Parts: sequence; structure tokens; C-alpha cells
Amino acid sequence: MTATNALEKVLTQEQEVLAEWVQQQLAANTLRSDLMKESELRAQSREFLSLFRTAFATGSAFSINSSDWAPVCEFLSSVSRSRVLQGFTSSETATFVLSLKRTLFEPLRRELEHDPAAFAQALWNLTTLLDQLGLYTTEVYQKSREAVISRQQQELMELSTPVVQLWEGILALPLIGTLDSARTQVVMESLLQAIVRTGAGLAIIDITGVPTVDTLVAQHLLKTVAAARLMGADCIISGIRPQIAQTIVHLGVDLSAVVTKATLADAFILALRRTNSSLVAPGTTNAPKG
Amino acid sequence: MEKIPILKMGRFLLVTIQVDMHDQLALQLQDDLTARIVHDRAQGVLIDISSLEVVDSFIGRMISNIAAMARVLDAQTVVVGMQPAVAITLVELGLSLDGVRTALNVDKGMALLREQVAESGRL
Repeated sequence: MTATNALEKVLTQEQEVLAEWVQQQLAANTLRSDLMKESELRAQSREFLSLFRTAFATGSAFSINSSDWAPVCEFLSSVSRSRVLQGFTSSETATFVLSLKRTLFEPLRRELEHDPAAFAQALWNLTTLLDQLGLYTTEVYQKSREAVISRQQQELMELSTPVVQLWEGILALPLIGTLDSARTQVVMESLLQAIVRTGAGLAIIDITGVPTVDTLVAQHLLKTVAAARLMGADCIISGIRPQIAQTIVHLGVDLSAVVTKATLADAFILALRRTNSSLVAPGTTNAPKG
Repeated sequence: MEKIPILKMGRFLLVTIQVDMHDQLALQLQDDLTARIVHDRAQGVLIDISSLEVVDSFIGRMISNIAAMARVLDAQTVVVGMQPAVAITLVELGLSLDGVRTALNVDKGMALLREQVAESGRL
């Protein structure tokens, strides 16, 4: 009996193999019974074993990239993705696949007891296949994680650039965090869209939350100011900390084209004045200071 | 040959650019506009680009030129209706159109023109 035939024959005893495999998984110390119920583990094992057997019967190649193995790979993709959400680590998910090796070792040995060469060959084939499938689950796992991270990054970028309307015709843009070129794009788009939506003529860009201002950040700020100006809105930059003021001068950044204020409060008073409004304390008839 | 229409609104001229500009059209516009400014003794020009979704360096330069020519003829220029995407593109291209006043829409543009004309002291 050849190595391939032996493996095929072992796989036909699906029920026994499945029972043995599930039992071994339940007994293993890597079992995560807190994350997955036994019935689900059983169902996943049964599905995988059945697909594995079908693919092995049709395909003579021992590479999982051929179309014969596509259903198996698809199933493993969905298993890997659902396990990510359940909280499994990538090695735990790969172990699910690799543990089948141990289960099939004993029946194969019995089948090829008198043919050590064929036994070695069968073992090698089995190992190659299951290793590839195990690595495949790890790859899918990593890709899912990367997708989650990039989606969160996107959300973070959108969340951290709100544009608020302080007053009629006055917008405020509190920037939190570093200002790189990707964020600047988002900031510019949000600001310009807000200008169109509210018809505002003034925007206060507050950089209290920007930790460092270097020449690149200053360039991004100036670009944003220029873009707003093209849309007919003037900008005031506020929230300049003392340290930042020193850095700006030492770097030789030219902010002469923009009005800058130390605090948002000062910027707001200036903006009110520009739009011919002012705040009056109740009960007074005098013009307010400032 | 197509021409860009120039409308008269009181002491101002209104130009709406709706089609893609090519050299010929741009030169024609410059000719027509300067002639009209003199003929109507216009005090201001309002250029509406709200229909333009794409503005390249050619149009940017053309707008700057028109503003400069108008200024020489003692008329103010205001560009209105720039779309956000266009503004971002112009800034990225490094064309901040200095010397050209801008406003969000025609209403604000007219208010701005009146202000500027009053400042410049024309009757």
C-alpha cells in the first residue's frame, strides 16, 4: 500500500478519527474552554476533517494553493476570523489545525506497520499539508488584526478632528495630537466643509493639544490657513504655549501672515470684534474692555 | 466660438466660469473683460467658479492675471464659490492666489466688493 492510499484509507474512518481528535483537543492543556464551547469545537473539527478528507481525495498535489484545497482554505479563513473575535491567539488557532497530526499518526502507523519507508512518506505528506494549513490560519489571523488596526486608525483620525461652531460665523478647530500630512488632509477637508456648511467667515485653530510644533507642522498649519482663505474665511491660530513660541522663533518659522493668540479666549474676543459683535455683562451700559 | 458671458450688476461685472478653459477661451475672456471694465466703468469684478470641480495651475494663473489687469483699471476683483477640493488642490500646488480676494458665495462676494470699493474711495 502506498503512502497516499494509506492516508486516504485512514481518513475514510472519519467518525473514529473525529472522536479521537476532539477527545485529544479537550484533554490538551492548550484548550480554551472559556472562549469556545465543546459543541462548537466539535462542529469546527467535524467540518474541517470532512473538507480535508474531500480535498485530499481529489487532489494529488500537496500544495494548498491549488483549487482543490480552496474549500478547506475558505473554511479555515472563517474559523481564523471568528477566533480572532473570540479572543484566541494566533498560535492557539494554528494548534487547532496542527493537532490533527497527532491524531492521524497512530492509525497511519498501524496501516503501514510493515513498510517503514511508506510510513515515513505518508507522515511527511501529512506534515507538509497540515503545516501549510496551520501557517495559512496564522496569516489570515494577522491580516484580520491588521484590518482592525487600520480601521481603528481611520476612526481615530476622524474622531480627533472635530470642527465646532463657537458663534454665528465663527468656527473653532481644536487640534489634539501630532499633525502629520495625513491628518492635515483630514483637518483641511473637515474645516473647508464646515466653512461651506455654516458660511463662517472666521476659523480659530487651537493648537493647545499639539505637543510639538516643528517646521513641518508649521507648514501644515499654514497650508490649512491658506486653504481656508481661498474659501473666504480668515484664520486665527490660538493656544500657543510659551515653549512653542520659543521653538517657532528658533526655527525661523514665519507666521507673520497669520494672526496668533495665546489663548482661545483671546482669539474668541478678537473674532467677535471682527464680526462686529461683543459680549456685554448684564446690567451694564458701558462698552466692554478688550 | 464659445465665449464666457459677462453680466453687469450695478457697478460690478459678474463672470461665471462653467466650462473647461483652454488658451483661446482664456485670452478671449481677458480681452472681453478688460474691454467691458473700461466701457461700463465697472468698479469691481466678481468671478464665480462654483461650477469648477478641477482647477489647475493654468486657471489659477489666469485668475491672478485677470485680477491684476482689473486692478490696473482701478477695479477690484473677488473670486467666489471655490469648492473645498479645489481650495486644497490650489494650496497643495503652492498657488495661494495672493492678491486675489475670495468669498464663500455671491452674496458675501458682493458685500466684500462694496466694502473694498468704499475703501478705495471711488464714487
